[in-house]
Amino acid sequence: MNQNTEKLPRLIAFFAVGILFGIIMTKSEAISWFRIYEMFRFESFHMFGIIGTAVVIGAIAMFLMKKSNVKTLRDTAVSYTPMSFSLPRHIIAGTIFGLGWALVGSCPGPMYILLGHGYWMFALVILSAILGTYTYGVIKDKLPH
Amino acid sequence: MNIIEMINQPWHWAFSGAMIALVLILLTWMGRSFGVSMSFRNICSISGAGKKNTFFNINLKDEYWRMVFVLGGIVGGIIGFTLLKSPEPVAIADATVQSLKGLGFDYPASDEKGLGFVPTDMYNFENLKGVIFAILGGFLVGFGSRYGDGCTSGHAISGLSHLQISSLITVIGFFIGGLIMTHLLMPIFFTL
Repeated sequence: MNQNTEKLPRLIAFFAVGILFGIIMTKSEAISWFRIYEMFRFESFHMFGIIGTAVVIGAIAMFLMKKSNVKTLRDTAVSYTPMSFSLPRHIIAGTIFGLGWALVGSCPGPMYILLGHGYWMFALVILSAILGTYTYGVIKDKLPH
Repeated sequence: MNIIEMINQPWHWAFSGAMIALVLILLTWMGRSFGVSMSFRNICSISGAGKKNTFFNINLKDEYWRMVFVLGGIVGGIIGFTLLKSPEPVAIADATVQSLKGLGFDYPASDEKGLGFVPTDMYNFENLKGVIFAILGGFLVGFGSRYGDGCTSGHAISGLSHLQISSLITVIGFFIGGLIMTHLLMPIFFTL
């Protein structure tokens, strides 16, 4: 059995989880540029509440899944491959990301979801994000890691 | 109030957060880890960037799940805009509405769709400034997420749930950048 490629029924399930994600991000208002602006101005608890709740429940769930040796549908254990620690990389990369996140009011997930809402400017935002990713690939050896 | 009307209301942050955790749990159980920004790298790879640069030489079959997940996100957006549309624009804080005036935004009128999702009076194709900011912001997100090996889903949700110190520091970086943009740069950029 190929561990790396999901067959069609499983891919349909991932598609369904994607739809669920799009609906959640819409109804939670996390795709709103104005919510992100409000978050960075600390004028509402809304976004912090969303992220905080997700992380607390997520951490408990990940802990329990590891502890109980749950096997995933790909027959693997629940694990996380840590990235190699590099303070300058995490801070610089995070800051660059944050500058863009606040400016367009959207991180990658919401970019796609806003496109679904018919905010066509996000087609350009996504294209530019792809170009940014490509640029990283070209110059990555010159950056601190 | 029927079930559709109930879902149509904006969701409480606690319910929203729990539902995002559910997405994390489902993807983990299905043997994958939550992360959206990698889709940009996939698109580079599909476009043939792997021939020029080994960074984009990835096994795309291993990434099919993510591509359909992201396509699902777009469809979720379409459903959110049609069947599950909220009756009122996003209820941001009064203080935020006031400070938006300083940027030249009249909330909620500044979103032409009336949803309170995007300030389309800035971000529309007739406005050169908006186009430039869209390109700049998208580029920074795409570059930063790949350099940092993840975005909000990969670090703030998945990484923090796995208690990763790298993710915590990256998220602190997200906030350093976001605060600089929101408090120092945007007031200059948007009022130029």
